[in-house]
Amino acid sequence: MGLLDARISNRNVLVTSVDNVMNWARLSSLWPMGFGLACCAIEMMATNASNYDLERFGIFPRSSPRQSDLMIVAGTVTMKMAERVITLYEQMPEPRYVLSMGSCSNCGGPYWNHGYHVLKGVDRVIPVDVYVPGCPPRPEALIGGLMKIQELIRMEGIGLSRQDALKKLAEKSVDPQQVIDQARKVATA
Amino acid sequence: MDKAMEEAGNIMSAMVQESKAAYDIIRERFGEAVSEFDANPTMPFFEVLDTARWVDIALFMRDDARLKFNCMACLSGVDYLEEGKLGIVCNFESIGQYTHRIAVKVKCQRDGGSIPSVSCVWHTANWHEREAYDMYGMVFDGHPDLRRILCPEDWTGFPLRKDYQVQETYHGIKVPY
Repeated sequence: MGLLDARISNRNVLVTSVDNVMNWARLSSLWPMGFGLACCAIEMMATNASNYDLERFGIFPRSSPRQSDLMIVAGTVTMKMAERVITLYEQMPEPRYVLSMGSCSNCGGPYWNHGYHVLKGVDRVIPVDVYVPGCPPRPEALIGGLMKIQELIRMEGIGLSRQDALKKLAEKSVDPQQVIDQARKVATA
Repeated sequence: MDKAMEEAGNIMSAMVQESKAAYDIIRERFGEAVSEFDANPTMPFFEVLDTARWVDIALFMRDDARLKFNCMACLSGVDYLEEGKLGIVCNFESIGQYTHRIAVKVKCQRDGGSIPSVSCVWHTANWHEREAYDMYGMVFDGHPDLRRILCPEDWTGFPLRKDYQVQETYHGIKVPY
């Protein structure tokens, strides 16, 4: 949220690009659609609640797809639900983002082979921007995924396609293993 | 071995003995329509051999003053692929009346077979039979509303049959991994 960190002069004048302001505004009030499909939804609700307090990122669930920027597909998508998910996605105004939360919605999870009733990955029916692995993912992992969405929004610009933004995001990404190793070293020292 | 079996039979637990007593009443009334008693220590059961009399047996089990099986605790489906049959296993208890319990098995032909519905005897059976139909495809004669209950209405096949092959697509969406 570099914009707020930057010093604002005493005349309250700030010089920046339109892209910057728009992206800052959008990523600071990311409203997900309030719907959950299985146990991942329990983790998502826990993330919304006071312990992890998603509202500090401006993220709080909306009860209508028409007011939502983000769809968190939290849980097992059954074949019966898949068509409803498509309908919900189509009702969301653009620009819209999709976060696939947990193994089930990523790839079918434990139902990948014998789950006749499970859609093997929600990306078969709607485009997914960020995948969060886990079964279910911990709230920290979900927050990590949401921050990835925020990063993606930061990469966007007027006239830039989502594909280009995703490409930019991929180029800028750092291997987390190094960061983890470094943190471990500090912790054990 | 037979001797060992006999000895095992002689030390039937109190629970199995109660089930045996209940079975004897049913056997006395319906004779050859029901099979021998199976003293399974987990869940003693008998099978209805004359499927057409299943509703009569069910009514008798529910209403007879010595039985009063007023609660259908569960109804499960089974696929006997080798025998070419489908079946149901019903668990009965007598809540507030007796402590006995028993399981009843009913079978029908795998292709085009049917079992009389007991949803008029125990209302619990209504949705249970719909689920068994949804998963195994046996028809329950006389059921008031025999539709699929879990799968989509236009689903192909019966998923819990042992030879079930999942369909390739559903409404244009690929189903297998």
